[in-house]
Amino acid sequence: MNYNWNWGIFWQKSPEGVGTYFDMLVTGLQWTLVTAACAWVLALILGSLVGVMRTLPSKAAQRISGAYVEIFRNIPFLVQLFLWYFVLPELLPVSWGDWLKQLPNAPFWTTFIGLGFFMSVRVAEQLRAGINALPRGQRAAGLALGLTTGQTYSYVLLPMAYRIILPPLTSELLNTIKNTSVGLTIGLIELTARARAIQEFSFQVFEAFTAATLIYLVLNLLVTYLMRLLERSVAVPGYVTGK
Amino acid sequence: MFADFDFDIILRTLPYLFFEGMKFTLMLTALATAGGILLGTILALMRLGSIPVLPKIAAGYVNLMRSLPLVLVIFWFYFLVPYLGQWATGASRPMQVGAFASCLITFTLFEAAYFSEIMRAGIQSISKGQVGAGYALGLTYRQVMGYIVLPQAFRNMAPVLLTQTIVLFQDTSLVYVLSVTDFLGAASKVAQRDGRLVEMYLFAAVVYFAFSFTASMLVKRLQKRIAIIR
Repeated sequence: MNYNWNWGIFWQKSPEGVGTYFDMLVTGLQWTLVTAACAWVLALILGSLVGVMRTLPSKAAQRISGAYVEIFRNIPFLVQLFLWYFVLPELLPVSWGDWLKQLPNAPFWTTFIGLGFFMSVRVAEQLRAGINALPRGQRAAGLALGLTTGQTYSYVLLPMAYRIILPPLTSELLNTIKNTSVGLTIGLIELTARARAIQEFSFQVFEAFTAATLIYLVLNLLVTYLMRLLERSVAVPGYVTGK
Repeated sequence: MFADFDFDIILRTLPYLFFEGMKFTLMLTALATAGGILLGTILALMRLGSIPVLPKIAAGYVNLMRSLPLVLVIFWFYFLVPYLGQWATGASRPMQVGAFASCLITFTLFEAAYFSEIMRAGIQSISKGQVGAGYALGLTYRQVMGYIVLPQAFRNMAPVLLTQTIVLFQDTSLVYVLSVTDFLGAASKVAQRDGRLVEMYLFAAVVYFAFSFTASMLVKRLQKRIAIIR
């Protein structure tokens, strides 16, 4: 192979003027983490609402939440991102659209909102499965005790359902982190975009991608480990969840 | 708000969008699914087999692929494949690899990790007694897997494999990062050439939705039919 390896590249000054190539990766990682964290919070909130709606007795609630899930699940994330970024500002009233287009950090806000909606469907489907996995008697028992539907959900069904779906939620959280990389198509300077920029500036392709790969691997291990700890700390004694 | 829409542009570029773009997307999906299932099955067999080291290699590969974003993997192979080709053929310069071949290699290798997890679950869903019975009849490992375990595993996992194929179909839109003319790439090129982003991206979303939604409805029906037979 006539590829010139140069692992020292990360300590060289980057052509951006401030800091080294390594600093570029660090800022990329920061954007990845911030975007993923914001999107994940949004996904949890929206996903919980929609997931609960899908299990309510009301036919209207089931239909609305069902349509929501089908729409966000059957369009590729990249296309959804383009809709949020390029199409939405044009369809809004002119003054709103102009405000959106002039927003500072628009790629961040777009990826945050777009990814939040996209992942909320996954959360919703997991939560629905979790609620349906509970014995039917639990809902009936709650209602028979005189709890309202809202109380039955918040005191009886949801606390157990969330515990059951913690393992699949972990992989959805990992997916959220990985999917932030799609944001580079609209100019989000996250980790993959930074690795790509290093390649363009220095031609050291494989060093840059190896570094990004290692960072993603460590991030994965760390998140998996922390979620295990969470699983263990919230486990109900005598009740086997997940495993 | 739809007043200054130019729906005509969609009609005018329809042949380009479908015969160039969608053809690329569908061919990539079909070939990568076939290759991914084949390689994924081999990985699953390696992982569940008793030959030392192989399970570790297979597990390492699957976990590595599953912890990386697809966009990064696409970039990796885009730059790596020419060097791998040079190494394999012993040429003096990195090999020229076309966009389609590069994408196909990427998606086959990447999706194989996901297909292998599905096939592993499928193989493990077959009771141990069946394998034992096969060996007791004097069948070899190859025969036990080929005639008893894998046919049933494929059948049990058919809906999940097809759902993963729909995911793969949607994922192929990410080849956009290589400026390849897949369906989204074609729509995007027209959109940027004529300044018609709204029409083209909305149309692309509708088409992707129609394809994926129809396919997932068919998978649901298949799932019901399989469930009744068993």
